[in-house]
Amino acid sequence: MSDTETTQAAIDAERIRRAEEAGEDYEIGLVSLSQWQLAWRKFRGHRLALIGLAMIGALVLIAVVGPIFLPYDFATIPIPDKIVYQGRPPSLDHLFGETGGLQRDVLRLVVNGARTSLFIGFSSMFIGVIIGTIVGAVAGYVGGFLDNVLMRIVDVMLSLPLLFVILVASRFFGNGSVLLIVIIFGLFGWMGVSRLVRSQFLSIRESEFVEAARAVGVRDRRIIFRHILPNAISPIVVVASLIVAGNIIGEAFVSFLGFGVNPTTPTWGNILSNALTFIPLGNWWWPMFPGVAIIVTVLAVNFIGDGLRDALDPRSRA
Amino acid sequence: MTELLSAEAPFGTPPPRETLLDVRNMKTHFKVLDGIVPAVDGVSFSIGRGQTLAIVGESGSGKSVTALTIMRLLDIPPAIIGADSEVWFDGKEILHMPIDQMRKIRGKDVAMIFQEPLTSLNPVLSIGEQIAEQVRLHLKVGNREARDRSIESLRTVGIPSPEKRIQQYPHEMSGGMRQRVMIAMALSCEPKLLIADEPTTALDVTIQAQILELLKVIQQKTGSALLLITHDLGVVAEMVDHVVVMYAGQIVEQGSVNDVMIEPRAPYTMGLLESIPTAEKRGARLSVIKGVVPSPFHLPPACRFEPRCPYAWDLCREVAPELSRVGGSGSDRLARCHLHGPEGESRRAAALENHVGAMRAGRGLKENPA
Amino acid sequence: MTAPTTPTPAATAVAAPLLEVRGLKKYFPIHGGIFKRQVATVYAVDGVDFDVNPGEIFSLVGESGCGKTTLGRSILRLTEPTAGAVKFAGEDVIAMAPDELRAARRQMQIIFQDPFGSLNPRMPISDIIGEGLLAQGLDDRKARDKKVEDALETVGLRREYTRRYPHEFSGGQRQRIGVARALALDPKFIVCDEPVSALDVSIQSQVLNLLLDLRHDFNLTYLFISHNLSVIQYFSDRVGVMYLGKIMEVGTVEDLYRDAKHPYTVALLSAIPNPDPRRRKKRLVLRGDVPSPVAPPPGCRFSTRCWLREQLGNPERCSTEVPELKVLSPSHQVACHFDDKVTSSAVAETVAAQSAVETAVASA
Repeated sequence: MSDTETTQAAIDAERIRRAEEAGEDYEIGLVSLSQWQLAWRKFRGHRLALIGLAMIGALVLIAVVGPIFLPYDFATIPIPDKIVYQGRPPSLDHLFGETGGLQRDVLRLVVNGARTSLFIGFSSMFIGVIIGTIVGAVAGYVGGFLDNVLMRIVDVMLSLPLLFVILVASRFFGNGSVLLIVIIFGLFGWMGVSRLVRSQFLSIRESEFVEAARAVGVRDRRIIFRHILPNAISPIVVVASLIVAGNIIGEAFVSFLGFGVNPTTPTWGNILSNALTFIPLGNWWWPMFPGVAIIVTVLAVNFIGDGLRDALDPRSRA
Repeated sequence: MTELLSAEAPFGTPPPRETLLDVRNMKTHFKVLDGIVPAVDGVSFSIGRGQTLAIVGESGSGKSVTALTIMRLLDIPPAIIGADSEVWFDGKEILHMPIDQMRKIRGKDVAMIFQEPLTSLNPVLSIGEQIAEQVRLHLKVGNREARDRSIESLRTVGIPSPEKRIQQYPHEMSGGMRQRVMIAMALSCEPKLLIADEPTTALDVTIQAQILELLKVIQQKTGSALLLITHDLGVVAEMVDHVVVMYAGQIVEQGSVNDVMIEPRAPYTMGLLESIPTAEKRGARLSVIKGVVPSPFHLPPACRFEPRCPYAWDLCREVAPELSRVGGSGSDRLARCHLHGPEGESRRAAALENHVGAMRAGRGLKENPA
Repeated sequence: MTAPTTPTPAATAVAAPLLEVRGLKKYFPIHGGIFKRQVATVYAVDGVDFDVNPGEIFSLVGESGCGKTTLGRSILRLTEPTAGAVKFAGEDVIAMAPDELRAARRQMQIIFQDPFGSLNPRMPISDIIGEGLLAQGLDDRKARDKKVEDALETVGLRREYTRRYPHEFSGGQRQRIGVARALALDPKFIVCDEPVSALDVSIQSQVLNLLLDLRHDFNLTYLFISHNLSVIQYFSDRVGVMYLGKIMEVGTVEDLYRDAKHPYTVALLSAIPNPDPRRRKKRLVLRGDVPSPVAPPPGCRFSTRCWLREQLGNPERCSTEVPELKVLSPSHQVACHFDDKVTSSAVAETVAAQSAVETAVASA
């Protein structure tokens, strides 16, 4: 067959030969799983992370559904006829006991506190992660002078004694609203994320697949959103989970000091704060249940973070 | 599955004294999420004192795992070592001996050189300290003598002014220098067996030439045996007397370097040699081994090379070939292929002739004389 | 059989070169100190001239740090060259505005070394291969997918693989996907940056065959970058040998492998391990390491490791005067002051001297 009369049959033969060489007759080694399916498979193998996930799931469910069955509104709940200084220990009617003073049901407080505390933890995390990702992405991708300016700002922010700044800010704007706390925590909690994202961008920007995309003429925007960001997402997710834990503790701490959410709104920190003066009376159930709730949440979030770290690590495929 | 035998368990008899290392039916499997990977699946070979042997294979052939299993450097689990596998070294069974006894042998009587010297050297210790530590540990000598020995071994591997160099840290040296340090460290206790796992893969051509020359000289000088793990057939041909070719966890061919490299008998070895680009094959398509290495989870049922083999027929899909003697009696050549069994007699000559043709020139040449 | 792969005879071409590189330099600054001032310079590519003729395979060979990869990227302006001129099909690549450059990239493509690093793990194959088409303005999804599938088939993969992700493929198959990405834009010229170095031997030959087939089918011109001399002698028409940012010798494969005139080329060739044990030979081993490109030696860059210089009694010229590329024959150029002293007897003498030293060491 001469080279000039390349018939269809010849083209097919050539195609088949190439395909045979490439080994396409083999089923591709492993079952087709997307990156996220693979990550889930690994996550599933991590027992503590699964427990953490179950606990957080339950907590979120309680936070969403609980207040519907056990509503709490400081103003509408009647003040008891006789104000007793001592609270009441757990009983069948009040599983978590009752507070001293206004005789509130601790279970009701903790359930409603879960809603506020989790809301604060997650939403301030979102704000922080979004700011941090934008700052880090710009610094890492654009580089040069802008990178220098942004990173010095981060350095300055990190050198502030954050706790005091937060206390001052919440007192300064102080109306004790949940939203304010969310914003303050978000605005002061992005620096770690931005550093992480910047370093991710710096390294992924130099990777061969980004270079390959540039070589075929792909524009910056698509490189950032389709190439770099999806590959930087795993460590961001891990850090984000830990930020949630940090913010829940932070909120508790700030509220405990009385600089946080309005004391009439139940958050775990507020409940603890209110319980403070009653501890000498031996009302252990009052601070204990919100305390346990905080510990459980933070532990669960950290377990998930650990699991995510392993599951999203692209280096292992077991 | 981890039925590890205790050290007292009855093993086979030790090999004759002139055999330094005798690997018998080594099986190393890994338990992973997808199932069990038979990384090394029944491998046997031996090395005499002062001899050199190379294990060649592509990625996934199990060559490195073989070395790591001999050194007992694998974590168990996920690794699972076959209960009936044995490794005899210098008259002792080392695969199942207690690990603290093994530690005394490792680094002293058997030493290993890795592909990437930077990751196998401790970055916070000077190279002098690292070598001296090993010497002190194994030879039970004082600081002064350990230092002298370190300097001596650095000198042997051709590092200039070793008295100064011992104070340097790994990151202050070039890749070639670090590999020399690794070799110096391996040699410091005068091992009987040196295992080199891809010792020159990470190095440039001219540096590779330096290191290979060095290994040759050292091997002759110290009389230690050498087990070389590599994917580079060129390095094999230059360095060793005996070759073991591995594919998908099994040995497919073994014999003296001249036999295996000049007159290969297993189709896989033939294919490997045919696919190496050379000047003679210019202007023609290279002969290739079609397809890819099979996934360890879906190994072909009989012969593992069958799907890629140009000579395979029905039998190869039904019966797994044994590693058996080829050539005359008294020959030490083994190949795992039905071509050399009684059923393959009618096909053998054509296959071998085909190989000779492919070696002389790429296949395209016959159709399109350039 | 179809697709004969007779290489075009090493072109002493009458036609104008497809690619002209003149005086190309790429320096990387090293910043240090608190104020990030420039404290040193990496002379990665330091004044390189060569032409690539249409239809030929021109190879660059050298050890790590010689600048061959940087050179390849500078030609495509994936890194901006510091100085020099690059002309592609008569057009000045360096002077192009971003949009012109984007359009030019249809013609000039690149295949990368690392089959794992060069494909975005979070993108399906359809996007990896198709995004070049998208960037070049092919907005119609259907038309794009058709082209992607065609490209997959051309490199020997199944059309149905477009929805799969890179991690589902073996190294060789991924490298084919990288080839398909370059091919999808119908380029004329492809920079192959160590395209087979990361692959197993049996897969390496598949990819080399594929590249030869594609050159024949699509009339491609390759700039082939490699450190593997056996691959280069099999694959290329002409070769440029690089050392520390400069070209030491240029010639056809026959020129270089039969009649190398630069001491470095001789040493490189001598270092190739030959898979035939009957051809075990004494090598010419170079001393020491490649010097750092931050502080390249004055004069001839190779002078610090040159065996010939040593044999000639260290003439001063080598360390003071930079040798220019001089023309030995229309196809063969070399940058050495003493290229006439490179003879087989000179090589044999050096090898003999080296083995004498070795024997002394071995018996010490």
